[in-house]
Amino acid sequence: MSEANVSPAISPTAAGTPLVQVRQLSKHFGGVHAVDHVDCDLYAGECVGLLGHNGAGKTVLTKMLSGVYAPDSGSILVRGEEVHFESPRDARAAGIETIFQSLALADNLDGPGNLFLGRELMTKWRTLDSRRMEFESSKVIARLNPNFKNILDPVLRMSGGQRQTIAIGRALYFDARILIMDEPCAALGPAETRMVLDTIKRLKAEGIGIFLISHEMHDVFEVCERAAVMKNGALVGTVRIEDVTQDDVLEMIILGKRPAKALTSG
Amino acid sequence: MLSGLLARLRLDPRMSSMVGALVVIAIVLDVMTHGLFLSAENLYNLSIQTCVTAVMACGMVYVIVARQIDLSVGSLLAFSGMAAAWTQTRAFPPGSTAGWICSILAALAIGAAVGAFQGALVARARIPAFIVTLAGYLMFRGAAFLVSDGQTLAPLHPTYQALGGGVDGAIGVPASVALGLLAAAWVVWHATSTRRDQRRYGIEPAPVWVDAVKGGLLCLAIAGFVWTMCVSPDFTNLDEAGTPKGRGIGIPVLILLVIVAFLTFVAQRTRYGRYIFAYGGNPEAALLSGLGTNWLVWSLFIMTGVLSAIAAVITTARLGSGANSIGQLQELYVISATVIGGTSFAGGIGSVPGAVLGAILIASLDNGMVLLDVSSPMRQIFIGIVLIVSVWFDVVYQKRSAT
Repeated sequence: MSEANVSPAISPTAAGTPLVQVRQLSKHFGGVHAVDHVDCDLYAGECVGLLGHNGAGKTVLTKMLSGVYAPDSGSILVRGEEVHFESPRDARAAGIETIFQSLALADNLDGPGNLFLGRELMTKWRTLDSRRMEFESSKVIARLNPNFKNILDPVLRMSGGQRQTIAIGRALYFDARILIMDEPCAALGPAETRMVLDTIKRLKAEGIGIFLISHEMHDVFEVCERAAVMKNGALVGTVRIEDVTQDDVLEMIILGKRPAKALTSG
Repeated sequence: MLSGLLARLRLDPRMSSMVGALVVIAIVLDVMTHGLFLSAENLYNLSIQTCVTAVMACGMVYVIVARQIDLSVGSLLAFSGMAAAWTQTRAFPPGSTAGWICSILAALAIGAAVGAFQGALVARARIPAFIVTLAGYLMFRGAAFLVSDGQTLAPLHPTYQALGGGVDGAIGVPASVALGLLAAAWVVWHATSTRRDQRRYGIEPAPVWVDAVKGGLLCLAIAGFVWTMCVSPDFTNLDEAGTPKGRGIGIPVLILLVIVAFLTFVAQRTRYGRYIFAYGGNPEAALLSGLGTNWLVWSLFIMTGVLSAIAAVITTARLGSGANSIGQLQELYVISATVIGGTSFAGGIGSVPGAVLGAILIASLDNGMVLLDVSSPMRQIFIGIVLIVSVWFDVVYQKRSAT
């Protein structure tokens, strides 16, 4: 299979080297092929939806991109250079921020404590600079949600939208160029969902590339340029959103087949 | 009204209610013992009795915050204590200065090594901490016996014995007063620097009177403690007129204070402490944030091992000998003190000063009941009840504050 065939749908707005190139990436747990020779690209300023049933391999794929799992085979290229992530720290250092579905927040810590978890700001005495982290967090949070004032409460006491804001703020503060969002709207009300979608659009405008895992077809069609559909660990295909209908994509998810007209796209 | 005042003062309700309970218990015991309990002499003893439990409870806070447990601290105390006593009495000639110094190093080395061993089994081999340290509880009690085949090892060096707070075991009046003034100065400096920091980032500090009342109370507590220790008579140390001199702060208390200050600082101001609390709050989040979770868990057991060894030095120094029966049931008192002090078994919540207050509470009850001639079995029953009541209060309080 040649390179041209594996990524047929290239966004017209993006040119040059992709931010992320996933090449024949595989991961199996025991006999289960969680991710099976998947190819996928992400360009600056675009949002690619990762779609599929539960257990299709979307989360495992993103966890390899965020350094949680090591791939069994295949490669990941960031800005054209091959990378090997030993831990989530390495992925972050390469500019990949992930908002996990669980949000990965420590409930007992406050907003700034979570926002800076693993990357604390330090004083010149090598101690935690709590005041500066508090100050910086309130700036980031205010950009996302001006009504969010109680950031010094333990995260435990925050609403779903506030927790999501902390998780997004964590990715934003560190100038992510590549953002992975695993079902960011799953537990949110309409207003918070709107906040997340608007944030995605703004980040795209800033040139950030986003992988969005979602089951909400409506959200995908609103913010994504392309959609990559997975089934049983394998990639069904990547399509340009403007070329397909929601039914086409649903067919890909359910039947694991590419719609005829989308085959020609790209 | 009272809770409103507490909220205005921004005091931690849990800590202030514990201090309140302690004051009530002290007054009741004092009345029941006709003034014996709150005598300076008894309070000095109480301060020493608190130390062994409190030293280990400081480490247990970290362990329980990170959702682990260490049941082996009492046995490890005995093992490392016996190692220290053996080094002093068998490996070196009697009265050797190098002997008592090396014995402390031996105890610390054993504590750290055993802690590293248990930590590796938990963090690397993934055996639950409960099982590893339950096995350690049995193994190191046995090891303590084998050090000298059950014999008591004595005598220990007089300078070493001072570490137990007995004869010449306090730092005297002038040094105690100087230390008290230093502590008071720190309280004032801390309050002003916090206010300055808050202003720098545009946060409105609490009203001045709030900080003044809080600082005043703290300074008063420091002054009260130093004064009590200084009027406690030292009958082995008389002046020309034949009246006993004041003791001052006991050396074990000084060791405890250093540990408390250090571990509180680590918990609140360092990455390591932040990561321990994050791990306890959500181990998955810690992993996904790229924190070295294996090393975090491992390090906890090294910490409790070293603290057990320090407690062992204090215990053997106080007894003036090494016996393999020391530290029995100690792990249960340590865990009780930690839990009474507000550390949650659910993980992620706990404080070092709280655990010390818990240790003071347990030691006070124990000490008071001894003065009242309550039998040892009855004391155990009573302390068990206190443990349940304190956690029950906490459950009720959490429920009420959640709604």
